Amino acid sequence: MSELVEEWTSFLPDLLQGLDISVEVTLLSLAIGIPCGLVLAVLVSSSSRLAKGAGLLIVEFGRGAPALVLLQLVYFGLPTTGLLLSSFVSAIAALAWNTAAYTSEIIRAGLDAVPFGQREAATAIGLNPLDALRFVLVPQGLRMAIPALVGFSIQIFQATSLCFTIALPELLSRSYGIGSQTFHYFSVLLLAGLIYAAICIPASILMKRLEHAIGHYAT
Amino acid sequence: MWSYPAFLVSGLPWTLSVTAGAFAIGALIGLPVMLAEESTFAPLRLIARTYVNLVRAVPPIVWLFIVYFGVGSDLLRLTPFGAAVIGLGLISSAHLAEIYRGGMISVGKGQREAASALNLGPVYGFIDVMAPQAVRVALPPSAGYAIGLLKDSAISSAIGVPELTERANEAAQATLTGLPVYVALAAIYILMSVPVAWLARAVDTRLRAKVAR
Repeated sequence: MSELVEEWTSFLPDLLQGLDISVEVTLLSLAIGIPCGLVLAVLVSSSSRLAKGAGLLIVEFGRGAPALVLLQLVYFGLPTTGLLLSSFVSAIAALAWNTAAYTSEIIRAGLDAVPFGQREAATAIGLNPLDALRFVLVPQGLRMAIPALVGFSIQIFQATSLCFTIALPELLSRSYGIGSQTFHYFSVLLLAGLIYAAICIPASILMKRLEHAIGHYAT
Repeated sequence: MWSYPAFLVSGLPWTLSVTAGAFAIGALIGLPVMLAEESTFAPLRLIARTYVNLVRAVPPIVWLFIVYFGVGSDLLRLTPFGAAVIGLGLISSAHLAEIYRGGMISVGKGQREAASALNLGPVYGFIDVMAPQAVRVALPPSAGYAIGLLKDSAISSAIGVPELTERANEAAQATLTGLPVYVALAAIYILMSVPVAWLARAVDTRLRAKVAR
Protein backbone atom coordinates (compact mmCIF):
# COMPACT_ATOMS: atom_id res chain seq x y z
CA MET A 1 0.00 0.00 0.00
CA SER A 2 2.76 2.46 0.99
CA GLU A 3 4.51 1.51 -2.24
CA LEU A 4 1.45 2.57 -4.21
CA VAL A 5 1.22 5.87 -2.32
CA GLU A 6 4.90 6.54 -2.98
CA GLU A 7 4.45 5.74 -6.66
CA TRP A 8 1.39 7.95 -6.94
CA THR A 9 3.18 10.87 -5.24
CA SER A 10 5.92 10.59 -7.84
CA PHE A 11 3.36 10.53 -10.69
CA LEU A 12 1.22 13.33 -9.35
CA PRO A 13 3.17 16.50 -10.33
CA ASP A 14 3.30 15.45 -13.98
CA LEU A 15 -0.37 14.46 -14.01
CA LEU A 16 -1.43 17.75 -12.40
CA GLN A 17 0.38 19.64 -15.17
CA GLY A 18 -1.67 17.59 -17.61
CA LEU A 19 -4.82 18.39 -15.65
CA ASP A 20 -3.98 22.08 -16.06
CA ILE A 21 -4.11 21.70 -19.84
CA SER A 22 -7.33 19.66 -19.67
CA VAL A 23 -8.97 22.38 -17.59
CA GLU A 24 -7.67 25.15 -19.88
CA VAL A 25 -9.05 23.39 -22.96
CA THR A 26 -12.40 22.84 -21.17
CA LEU A 27 -12.76 26.46 -20.10
CA LEU A 28 -11.72 27.93 -23.45
CA SER A 29 -14.00 25.54 -25.37
CA LEU A 30 -16.93 26.51 -23.17
CA ALA A 31 -16.11 30.24 -23.31
CA ILE A 32 -16.09 30.12 -27.12
CA GLY A 33 -18.71 27.40 -27.62
CA ILE A 34 -21.58 28.62 -25.42
CA PRO A 35 -21.90 32.10 -27.01
CA CYS A 36 -21.73 30.40 -30.43
CA GLY A 37 -24.43 28.02 -29.19
CA LEU A 38 -26.63 30.98 -28.32
CA VAL A 39 -26.15 32.42 -31.82
CA LEU A 40 -26.92 29.01 -33.37
CA ALA A 41 -30.04 28.67 -31.20
CA VAL A 42 -31.31 32.00 -32.51
CA LEU A 43 -30.35 31.08 -36.11
CA VAL A 44 -32.15 27.72 -35.96
CA SER A 45 -35.35 29.26 -34.58
CA SER A 46 -35.21 32.12 -37.11
CA SER A 47 -37.82 32.39 -39.84
CA SER A 48 -35.25 32.85 -42.61
CA ARG A 49 -34.75 29.59 -44.49
CA LEU A 50 -31.09 30.29 -45.24
CA ALA A 51 -30.18 31.11 -41.62
CA LYS A 52 -32.11 28.09 -40.40
CA GLY A 53 -30.46 25.74 -42.92
CA ALA A 54 -26.94 26.99 -42.16
CA GLY A 55 -27.56 26.77 -38.42
CA LEU A 56 -28.97 23.25 -38.66
CA LEU A 57 -26.03 22.05 -40.77
CA ILE A 58 -23.49 23.26 -38.20
CA VAL A 59 -25.54 21.86 -35.30
CA GLU A 60 -26.24 18.44 -36.85
CA PHE A 61 -22.62 17.97 -37.88
CA GLY A 62 -21.31 19.03 -34.50
CA ARG A 63 -23.73 16.75 -32.64
CA GLY A 64 -23.99 13.84 -35.03
CA ALA A 65 -20.27 13.18 -35.46
CA PRO A 66 -18.37 11.78 -32.47
CA ALA A 67 -16.23 14.39 -30.68
CA LEU A 68 -13.20 12.25 -31.50
CA VAL A 69 -13.96 12.53 -35.21
CA LEU A 70 -14.34 16.32 -34.95
CA LEU A 71 -10.94 16.50 -33.24
CA GLN A 72 -9.28 14.45 -35.94
CA LEU A 73 -11.11 16.31 -38.69
CA VAL A 74 -9.66 19.59 -37.43
CA TYR A 75 -6.18 18.29 -36.57
CA PHE A 76 -5.52 15.80 -39.38
CA GLY A 77 -8.10 17.00 -41.92
CA LEU A 78 -7.69 20.77 -42.13
CA PRO A 79 -3.99 20.63 -43.13
CA THR A 80 -5.31 19.38 -46.50
CA THR A 81 -6.59 22.91 -47.10
CA GLY A 82 -3.25 24.36 -45.98
CA LEU A 83 -4.53 25.31 -42.53
CA LEU A 84 -2.15 23.88 -39.94
CA LEU A 85 -3.29 24.25 -36.33
CA SER A 86 -1.40 23.21 -33.21
CA SER A 87 -2.94 20.38 -31.19
CA PHE A 88 -3.99 22.90 -28.50
CA VAL A 89 -5.82 25.16 -30.98
CA SER A 90 -7.32 22.14 -32.79
CA ALA A 91 -8.61 20.77 -29.50
CA ILE A 92 -10.31 24.05 -28.64
CA ALA A 93 -11.71 24.50 -32.16
CA ALA A 94 -13.21 20.99 -32.25
CA LEU A 95 -14.56 20.96 -28.71
CA ALA A 96 -15.95 24.49 -29.07
CA TRP A 97 -17.79 23.31 -32.19
CA ASN A 98 -19.14 20.32 -30.27
CA THR A 99 -20.13 22.64 -27.39
CA ALA A 100 -21.85 25.11 -29.69
CA ALA A 101 -23.86 22.34 -31.34
CA TYR A 102 -25.05 20.76 -28.09
CA THR A 103 -25.58 23.96 -26.13
CA SER A 104 -27.61 25.48 -28.97
CA GLU A 105 -30.15 22.70 -28.41
CA ILE A 106 -30.03 23.19 -24.62
CA ILE A 107 -30.47 26.95 -24.96
CA ARG A 108 -33.23 26.52 -27.54
CA ALA A 109 -35.12 24.30 -25.10
CA GLY A 110 -34.59 26.96 -22.42
CA LEU A 111 -35.89 29.72 -24.70
CA ASP A 112 -38.89 27.58 -25.68
CA ALA A 113 -39.71 27.10 -22.00
CA VAL A 114 -40.23 30.83 -21.54
CA PRO A 115 -44.02 31.28 -21.63
CA PHE A 116 -45.40 32.73 -24.85
CA GLY A 117 -47.01 35.59 -22.89
CA GLN A 118 -43.54 36.97 -22.18
CA ARG A 119 -42.92 37.27 -25.92
CA GLU A 120 -46.28 38.96 -26.44
CA ALA A 121 -45.68 41.27 -23.49
CA ALA A 122 -42.31 42.26 -24.94
CA THR A 123 -43.99 43.13 -28.26
CA ALA A 124 -46.81 44.93 -26.46
CA ILE A 125 -44.44 47.27 -24.64
CA GLY A 126 -42.81 48.06 -27.97
CA LEU A 127 -39.48 46.19 -27.71
CA ASN A 128 -38.01 45.34 -31.09
CA PRO A 129 -37.21 41.62 -31.65
CA LEU A 130 -33.53 42.02 -30.73
CA ASP A 131 -34.29 43.86 -27.49
CA ALA A 132 -37.01 41.35 -26.63
CA LEU A 133 -34.39 38.64 -27.00
CA ARG A 134 -31.80 40.58 -25.00
CA PHE A 135 -33.88 41.80 -22.08
CA VAL A 136 -36.76 39.32 -21.84
CA LEU A 137 -36.18 35.93 -23.45
CA VAL A 138 -32.44 35.26 -23.08
CA PRO A 139 -32.14 36.13 -19.37
CA GLN A 140 -35.05 33.84 -18.48
CA GLY A 141 -34.20 31.11 -20.98
CA LEU A 142 -30.53 30.95 -20.00
CA ARG A 143 -31.46 30.68 -16.33
CA MET A 144 -33.47 27.57 -17.03
CA ALA A 145 -30.69 26.15 -19.18
CA ILE A 146 -28.05 26.46 -16.43
CA PRO A 147 -28.33 22.93 -14.93
CA ALA A 148 -28.12 21.32 -18.36
CA LEU A 149 -25.20 23.58 -19.28
CA VAL A 150 -23.33 22.50 -16.13
CA GLY A 151 -24.03 18.87 -17.07
CA PHE A 152 -22.66 19.46 -20.53
CA SER A 153 -19.56 21.17 -19.13
CA ILE A 154 -18.78 17.97 -17.24
CA GLN A 155 -19.06 16.06 -20.51
CA ILE A 156 -16.69 18.46 -22.27
CA PHE A 157 -14.19 18.12 -19.45
CA GLN A 158 -14.35 14.35 -19.94
CA ALA A 159 -14.07 14.80 -23.70
CA THR A 160 -10.71 16.58 -23.31
CA SER A 161 -9.30 13.09 -22.65
CA LEU A 162 -9.91 12.40 -26.36
CA CYS A 163 -7.20 14.95 -27.15
CA PHE A 164 -4.78 12.13 -26.34
CA THR A 165 -5.26 11.07 -29.97
CA ILE A 166 -4.02 14.41 -31.31
CA ALA A 167 -0.93 14.40 -29.05
CA LEU A 168 -2.04 17.15 -26.68
CA PRO A 169 -0.10 16.66 -23.40
CA GLU A 170 -3.23 16.64 -21.22
CA LEU A 171 -4.03 14.37 -18.27
CA LEU A 172 -4.58 11.12 -20.17
CA SER A 173 -1.59 11.62 -22.51
CA ARG A 174 0.69 12.16 -19.54
CA SER A 175 -0.57 9.13 -17.67
CA TYR A 176 -0.18 7.01 -20.81
CA GLY A 177 3.35 8.41 -21.20
CA ILE A 178 4.22 7.46 -17.62
CA GLY A 179 2.67 4.04 -18.19
CA SER A 180 4.82 3.37 -21.24
CA GLN A 181 7.98 4.38 -19.36
CA THR A 182 7.32 2.49 -16.12
CA PHE A 183 5.02 -0.25 -17.45
CA HIS A 184 2.82 0.45 -14.41
CA TYR A 185 -0.14 1.19 -16.67
CA PHE A 186 -2.77 0.04 -14.22
CA SER A 187 -1.54 2.14 -11.32
CA VAL A 188 -1.09 5.39 -13.26
CA LEU A 189 -4.31 5.06 -15.25
CA LEU A 190 -6.19 4.35 -12.04
CA LEU A 191 -4.77 7.54 -10.54
CA ALA A 192 -5.79 9.49 -13.67
CA GLY A 193 -9.29 8.00 -13.40
CA LEU A 194 -9.52 9.06 -9.76
CA ILE A 195 -8.49 12.61 -10.67
CA TYR A 196 -11.25 12.78 -13.29
CA ALA A 197 -13.74 11.36 -10.78
CA ALA A 198 -12.62 13.79 -8.08
CA ILE A 199 -13.71 16.63 -10.35
CA CYS A 200 -16.74 15.10 -12.06
CA ILE A 201 -18.52 13.70 -8.98
CA PRO A 202 -18.68 17.03 -7.05
CA ALA A 203 -19.63 18.78 -10.31
CA SER A 204 -22.55 16.43 -10.91
CA ILE A 205 -23.71 16.88 -7.31
CA LEU A 206 -23.66 20.63 -7.96
CA MET A 207 -25.71 20.06 -11.12
CA LYS A 208 -28.37 18.08 -9.20
CA ARG A 209 -28.61 20.89 -6.61
CA LEU A 210 -29.00 23.47 -9.38
CA GLU A 211 -31.69 21.36 -11.00
CA HIS A 212 -33.69 21.47 -7.78
CA ALA A 213 -33.12 25.19 -7.34
CA ILE A 214 -33.83 26.49 -10.85
CA GLY A 215 -34.99 23.60 -12.97
CA HIS A 216 -38.42 25.10 -13.49
CA TYR A 217 -39.85 28.35 -14.72
CA ALA A 218 -39.45 31.01 -12.06
CA THR A 219 -41.48 34.20 -12.07
CA MET B 1 -5.37 2.57 -57.46
CA TRP B 2 -6.22 1.68 -53.88
CA SER B 3 -9.60 3.21 -53.10
CA TYR B 4 -10.18 4.50 -49.61
CA PRO B 5 -14.02 4.48 -49.56
CA ALA B 6 -14.11 0.67 -49.67
CA PHE B 7 -11.34 0.50 -47.08
CA LEU B 8 -13.20 2.93 -44.82
CA VAL B 9 -16.43 0.92 -45.04
CA SER B 10 -14.53 -2.27 -44.13
CA GLY B 11 -14.41 -0.82 -40.60
CA LEU B 12 -18.20 -0.71 -40.40
CA PRO B 13 -18.74 -4.31 -39.19
CA TRP B 14 -16.25 -3.67 -36.37
CA THR B 15 -18.00 -0.47 -35.32
CA LEU B 16 -21.35 -2.26 -35.34
CA SER B 17 -20.01 -5.29 -33.41
CA VAL B 18 -18.36 -3.15 -30.73
CA THR B 19 -21.59 -1.18 -30.33
CA ALA B 20 -23.85 -4.24 -30.30
CA GLY B 21 -21.58 -6.22 -27.98
CA ALA B 22 -21.18 -3.37 -25.51
CA PHE B 23 -24.90 -2.60 -25.58
CA ALA B 24 -25.78 -6.27 -24.95
CA ILE B 25 -23.43 -6.42 -21.94
CA GLY B 26 -24.75 -3.10 -20.66
CA ALA B 27 -28.40 -4.08 -21.09
CA LEU B 28 -27.80 -7.31 -19.17
CA ILE B 29 -25.64 -5.99 -16.31
CA GLY B 30 -27.71 -2.81 -16.10
CA LEU B 31 -30.71 -4.76 -14.80
CA PRO B 32 -29.14 -6.20 -11.60
CA VAL B 33 -27.41 -2.83 -11.04
CA MET B 34 -30.78 -1.06 -11.20
CA LEU B 35 -32.39 -3.64 -8.88
CA ALA B 36 -29.50 -3.23 -6.42
CA GLU B 37 -29.92 0.56 -6.56
CA GLU B 38 -33.60 0.15 -5.68
CA SER B 39 -32.93 -2.52 -3.03
CA THR B 40 -34.16 -2.08 0.54
CA PHE B 41 -30.80 -3.40 1.80
CA ALA B 42 -28.73 -0.25 2.37
CA PRO B 43 -25.18 -1.61 1.81
CA LEU B 44 -26.20 -3.09 -1.55
CA ARG B 45 -27.75 0.24 -2.52
CA LEU B 46 -24.55 2.06 -1.56
CA ILE B 47 -22.37 -0.29 -3.62
CA ALA B 48 -24.62 0.05 -6.68
CA ARG B 49 -24.83 3.87 -6.43
CA THR B 50 -21.04 4.11 -6.01
CA TYR B 51 -20.54 1.86 -9.05
CA VAL B 52 -22.86 3.95 -11.21
CA ASN B 53 -21.40 7.28 -10.09
CA LEU B 54 -17.79 6.18 -10.38
CA VAL B 55 -18.25 4.64 -13.83
CA ARG B 56 -19.92 7.79 -15.13
CA ALA B 57 -17.38 10.16 -13.56
CA VAL B 58 -14.41 8.80 -15.53
CA PRO B 59 -14.13 9.45 -19.29
CA PRO B 60 -14.86 6.39 -21.48
CA ILE B 61 -11.42 6.46 -23.12
CA VAL B 62 -9.79 6.27 -19.67
CA TRP B 63 -11.86 3.16 -18.87
CA LEU B 64 -10.82 1.62 -22.16
CA PHE B 65 -7.17 2.28 -21.35
CA ILE B 66 -7.58 0.88 -17.84
CA VAL B 67 -9.13 -2.29 -19.27
CA TYR B 68 -6.74 -2.69 -22.21
CA PHE B 69 -3.39 -1.45 -20.91
CA GLY B 70 -4.01 -1.78 -17.18
CA VAL B 71 -5.87 -5.04 -16.70
CA GLY B 72 -5.03 -6.41 -20.14
CA SER B 73 -1.25 -6.21 -19.81
CA ASP B 74 -0.85 -7.48 -16.26
CA LEU B 75 -3.63 -9.85 -15.29
CA LEU B 76 -5.06 -11.37 -18.46
CA ARG B 77 -4.48 -10.99 -22.17
CA LEU B 78 -7.26 -9.13 -23.95
CA THR B 79 -7.62 -8.40 -27.65
CA PRO B 80 -8.37 -4.75 -28.50
CA PHE B 81 -11.88 -5.82 -29.54
CA GLY B 82 -12.47 -7.68 -26.27
CA ALA B 83 -11.20 -4.76 -24.22
CA ALA B 84 -13.40 -2.30 -26.15
CA VAL B 85 -16.53 -4.43 -25.70
CA ILE B 86 -15.89 -5.00 -21.99
CA GLY B 87 -14.94 -1.37 -21.28
CA LEU B 88 -17.85 0.17 -23.19
CA GLY B 89 -20.13 -2.59 -21.86
CA LEU B 90 -19.40 -1.63 -18.25
CA ILE B 91 -19.96 2.05 -19.03
CA SER B 92 -23.28 1.18 -20.73
CA SER B 93 -24.39 -0.86 -17.72
CA ALA B 94 -24.16 2.23 -15.49
CA HIS B 95 -25.99 4.48 -17.94
CA LEU B 96 -28.65 1.90 -18.78
CA ALA B 97 -29.24 1.17 -15.07
CA GLU B 98 -30.14 4.84 -14.66
CA ILE B 99 -32.43 4.71 -17.69
CA TYR B 100 -34.16 1.56 -16.33
CA ARG B 101 -34.55 3.29 -12.97
CA GLY B 102 -36.22 6.24 -14.68
CA GLY B 103 -38.60 3.78 -16.34
CA MET B 104 -39.46 2.15 -13.01
CA ILE B 105 -40.10 5.51 -11.35
CA SER B 106 -42.40 6.58 -14.19
CA VAL B 107 -44.73 3.63 -13.52
CA GLY B 108 -47.35 4.83 -11.06
CA LYS B 109 -46.91 3.92 -7.41
CA GLY B 110 -50.45 2.52 -7.44
CA GLN B 111 -49.30 -0.26 -9.78
CA ARG B 112 -46.79 -1.51 -7.21
CA GLU B 113 -49.41 -1.27 -4.48
CA ALA B 114 -51.99 -3.05 -6.62
CA ALA B 115 -49.51 -5.85 -7.34
CA SER B 116 -48.85 -6.40 -3.66
CA ALA B 117 -52.59 -6.15 -2.87
CA LEU B 118 -53.12 -8.98 -5.36
CA ASN B 119 -50.45 -10.90 -3.41
CA LEU B 120 -48.16 -11.14 -6.44
CA GLY B 121 -44.99 -10.89 -4.37
CA PRO B 122 -41.93 -8.82 -5.32
CA VAL B 123 -40.70 -11.18 -8.07
CA TYR B 124 -43.97 -11.55 -10.01
CA GLY B 125 -44.92 -7.99 -9.20
CA PHE B 126 -41.75 -6.96 -11.01
CA ILE B 127 -41.95 -9.43 -13.91
CA ASP B 128 -45.68 -9.18 -14.65
CA VAL B 129 -46.61 -5.66 -13.59
CA MET B 130 -43.72 -3.25 -13.27
CA ALA B 131 -41.24 -4.39 -15.92
CA PRO B 132 -43.62 -4.53 -18.93
CA GLN B 133 -44.68 -0.94 -18.29
CA ALA B 134 -41.23 0.34 -17.36
CA VAL B 135 -39.76 -1.11 -20.56
CA ARG B 136 -42.13 1.01 -22.64
CA VAL B 137 -40.82 4.17 -21.01
CA ALA B 138 -37.18 3.08 -20.93
CA LEU B 139 -37.00 1.91 -24.55
CA PRO B 140 -36.69 5.28 -26.33
CA PRO B 141 -33.96 6.65 -24.04
CA SER B 142 -32.19 3.29 -24.38
CA ALA B 143 -32.28 3.72 -28.15
CA GLY B 144 -30.93 7.23 -27.66
CA TYR B 145 -28.15 5.77 -25.55
CA ALA B 146 -27.39 3.22 -28.28
CA ILE B 147 -26.83 6.11 -30.71
CA GLY B 148 -24.46 7.71 -28.22
CA LEU B 149 -22.69 4.39 -27.83
CA LEU B 150 -22.30 4.08 -31.60
CA LYS B 151 -20.46 7.41 -31.53
CA ASP B 152 -18.48 6.46 -28.41
CA SER B 153 -17.30 3.28 -30.15
CA ALA B 154 -15.03 5.60 -32.18
CA ILE B 155 -12.69 5.74 -29.18
CA SER B 156 -11.90 2.04 -29.56
CA SER B 157 -9.69 3.20 -32.46
CA ALA B 158 -7.30 4.47 -29.76
CA ILE B 159 -6.59 0.90 -28.64
CA GLY B 160 -6.36 -0.39 -32.20
CA VAL B 161 -9.75 -1.91 -33.02
CA PRO B 162 -9.90 -1.73 -36.86
CA GLU B 163 -13.26 0.08 -36.85
CA LEU B 164 -14.39 3.10 -38.92
CA THR B 165 -12.31 5.77 -37.20
CA GLU B 166 -9.15 3.67 -37.14
CA ARG B 167 -9.65 2.91 -40.85
CA ALA B 168 -10.11 6.63 -41.51
CA ASN B 169 -6.83 7.38 -39.74
CA GLU B 170 -5.03 4.85 -41.90
CA ALA B 171 -6.71 6.10 -45.08
CA ALA B 172 -5.85 9.73 -44.23
CA GLN B 173 -2.21 8.82 -43.73
CA ALA B 174 -2.07 6.77 -46.92
CA THR B 175 -3.74 9.33 -49.19
CA LEU B 176 -2.21 12.38 -47.48
CA THR B 177 -5.55 14.15 -47.92
CA GLY B 178 -7.30 13.98 -44.58
CA LEU B 179 -10.23 16.31 -45.10
CA PRO B 180 -12.44 14.29 -47.49
CA VAL B 181 -11.77 11.12 -45.49
CA TYR B 182 -12.85 12.66 -42.18
CA VAL B 183 -15.86 14.43 -43.69
CA ALA B 184 -16.97 11.08 -45.15
CA LEU B 185 -16.36 9.46 -41.76
CA ALA B 186 -18.48 12.05 -39.95
CA ALA B 187 -21.21 11.64 -42.57
CA ILE B 188 -21.27 7.86 -42.01
CA TYR B 189 -21.78 8.33 -38.26
CA ILE B 190 -24.53 10.90 -38.82
CA LEU B 191 -26.30 8.73 -41.42
CA MET B 192 -26.19 5.70 -39.10
CA SER B 193 -27.80 7.57 -36.22
CA VAL B 194 -30.66 9.00 -38.31
CA PRO B 195 -32.68 5.76 -38.79
CA VAL B 196 -32.27 4.76 -35.12
CA ALA B 197 -33.44 8.17 -33.92
CA TRP B 198 -36.39 8.06 -36.33
CA LEU B 199 -37.39 4.57 -35.20
CA ALA B 200 -37.08 5.53 -31.52
CA ARG B 201 -39.41 8.51 -32.01
CA ALA B 202 -41.96 6.38 -33.85
CA VAL B 203 -41.91 3.64 -31.21
CA ASP B 204 -42.00 6.16 -28.37
CA THR B 205 -45.36 7.67 -29.27
CA ARG B 206 -46.93 4.22 -29.65
CA LEU B 207 -45.60 2.79 -26.40
CA ARG B 208 -46.15 5.74 -24.11
CA ALA B 209 -49.90 5.46 -24.54
CA LYS B 210 -49.87 2.10 -22.75
CA VAL B 211 -48.46 3.13 -19.37
CA ALA B 212 -50.71 3.53 -16.34
CA ARG B 213 -49.78 6.47 -14.16
